[in-house]
Amino acid sequence: MKFKDLFSEIFISLLANKVRSGLTILGIVIGIASVIAMVSIGQGASNQITKSIEGLGSNLLNIIPGTLRPGVGIVSSGRGSAQTLKNDDVEVIEKIDGVYRVSPEVSRRFQIIGINGKNTNSTVFGVTENYPIVRNLNISSGVFISESQNRSLARVAVLGPQAAYDLFGDEDPIGKVIKINKINFLVIGVAAPRGSVGFVNYDDIIYVPLLTMQKVLAGIDYLTVMAVKVESKDLINQVRDDIIYNLSIKHRVDPQNPDFTIASQEDILGTLNQVIATFTIFLASIAGISLLVGGIGIMNMMLTSVTERTREIGLRKAIGAKERDISLQFLAESVVLTLIGGIIGIILGSLIAISISYFAGISTSVSLFSIILAFGVSTIIGIIFGYYPARRASKLNPIEALRYE
Amino acid sequence: MIELKNIWKIYKNDDLETVALKNISLEIKEGEFVAIMGPSGSGKSTLMHILGCLDTPTSGKYFLDGEDISKMNDDELAEIRNKKIGFVFQSFNLLPKTNVLRNVELPLVYAGISPKKRQERAKEALNLAAFPNKFWYHFSNQLSGGMMQRVAIARALVNDPKIILADEPTGNLDTKTGEIVLETFQNLHDKHGRTIILITHEPYIAEYAQRIIKIKDGELIDDFKNNNRRIINNK
Repeated sequence: MKFKDLFSEIFISLLANKVRSGLTILGIVIGIASVIAMVSIGQGASNQITKSIEGLGSNLLNIIPGTLRPGVGIVSSGRGSAQTLKNDDVEVIEKIDGVYRVSPEVSRRFQIIGINGKNTNSTVFGVTENYPIVRNLNISSGVFISESQNRSLARVAVLGPQAAYDLFGDEDPIGKVIKINKINFLVIGVAAPRGSVGFVNYDDIIYVPLLTMQKVLAGIDYLTVMAVKVESKDLINQVRDDIIYNLSIKHRVDPQNPDFTIASQEDILGTLNQVIATFTIFLASIAGISLLVGGIGIMNMMLTSVTERTREIGLRKAIGAKERDISLQFLAESVVLTLIGGIIGIILGSLIAISISYFAGISTSVSLFSIILAFGVSTIIGIIFGYYPARRASKLNPIEALRYE
Repeated sequence: MIELKNIWKIYKNDDLETVALKNISLEIKEGEFVAIMGPSGSGKSTLMHILGCLDTPTSGKYFLDGEDISKMNDDELAEIRNKKIGFVFQSFNLLPKTNVLRNVELPLVYAGISPKKRQERAKEALNLAAFPNKFWYHFSNQLSGGMMQRVAIARALVNDPKIILADEPTGNLDTKTGEIVLETFQNLHDKHGRTIILITHEPYIAEYAQRIIKIKDGELIDDFKNNNRRIINNK
């Protein structure tokens, strides 16, 4: 039997049972569509997080006071709660080879009042002139905090775009005065948008000079975090070791057990991506179960079809069909069903993914890989679940099959 | 052309042995119209299965067109059936929801013949079976019994077989339609020189044949030339 004839036989018999073929396809459609949708949601979340974390600066080491409890992770370590990082630590780190810039930071939430009684509760960052370089911050209007403003405890502030909008609406905030914790600050600049990562909205931030923050607003002498920009990616591990060693000596602690923690951008990214990957696998396995159910549906239909068409199989054998012709026909029928289901499933899954990002604002990404995977999986399901019925059909004895009622 | 030598067929079911055919030897020449007759359970179906290469004998030899069939495997038998035998069954066994032409083409599909040639030959066979061409594109399940059986006869003819095996071809038809079918067979034999083997349990149907072979309890009990042959002549 020729290949082309095989296909016309298949389509004749699938079309002869439109409803049943349609329902069987539906099982596969649901399975494939949910796998595609789930994987693309996971992929989209992962892409978005990678992009926004990389947008916060590259080749970065974050020095956090205190130690991480094992198994708790960075996200919930309550950074800033320990008070081991001091301003003069910056000088130690700046002397290390490979360090490009250091940005010491203190953050706190304060109530801020703008004009016309507009107010917001935002995070205030005490930073130095190095902050924009280390953290990839751009200024959209005005200027950033300078070294001399820092030294002179100047009461100046740079607003994040969200904070600027909350405090001034559509008015230009530069040259105007805001009250942070009841103290007047002159607005000298507005930062460009950076978006948000996880629960942190990087646009709802107000920047003030570090020393002003420590001495005037918070009344403290320690830092909540130090961000270190390394000259190149290859130097990150070496710089990290040097910081641990030198800072431990200055703090008079054991370098094996320092009173601070260093996390690179990659560490944070890795942890988050791991969480997302686990979540994606979880979602995809639930979707996979429906795919399995769809596959069993295929097998069920093919077995029913073999029983129902016993006489037809007997006749085909009587007029000269070989075992191979029969088994190929039934196997190809189930593969065609799963492939059609796979194609519809890919389209439907992509539509679901696109509408999720459109209506729910969650970013999704339908990758070529997941499409190829879905194609492969549906073909394999067709072969696996079609094999047994096809074999059963091909082994039927023509005499008994022709007598079958 | 057909030569059976000491054919035995024994079915084994656990400890029970059933002898279906006992030492049958016979010869059928090309161009004969033979009726194999016997009551149900006589072994005529078993004999038909062996003649039709659907089954192989337990012992003995079967030569079809000079080839020994008795030791062939399933796929070799399938090929012999495809090339040398045309079947007509009691219950027609057409593919439902498939048009007449496609039904007739089916043996040629398995023979790997090109679509264009298949169409030509299917139409020829339908004409030979006196099937009216206005129904060529109807679904087989929309036809009457007599028409269905003519489609089945056309299907049996399409691969230009050495023998046509008809197993109770009028069993599901009323007398009048049955006669039309039998007339078709007679025509094929008398005018086109086809070899036809008709299996039946009804003596009156066997009388349409040239030669009658009777079997009973798996044994050949009679084999004679039919001198009182019924001839249908409607024209």
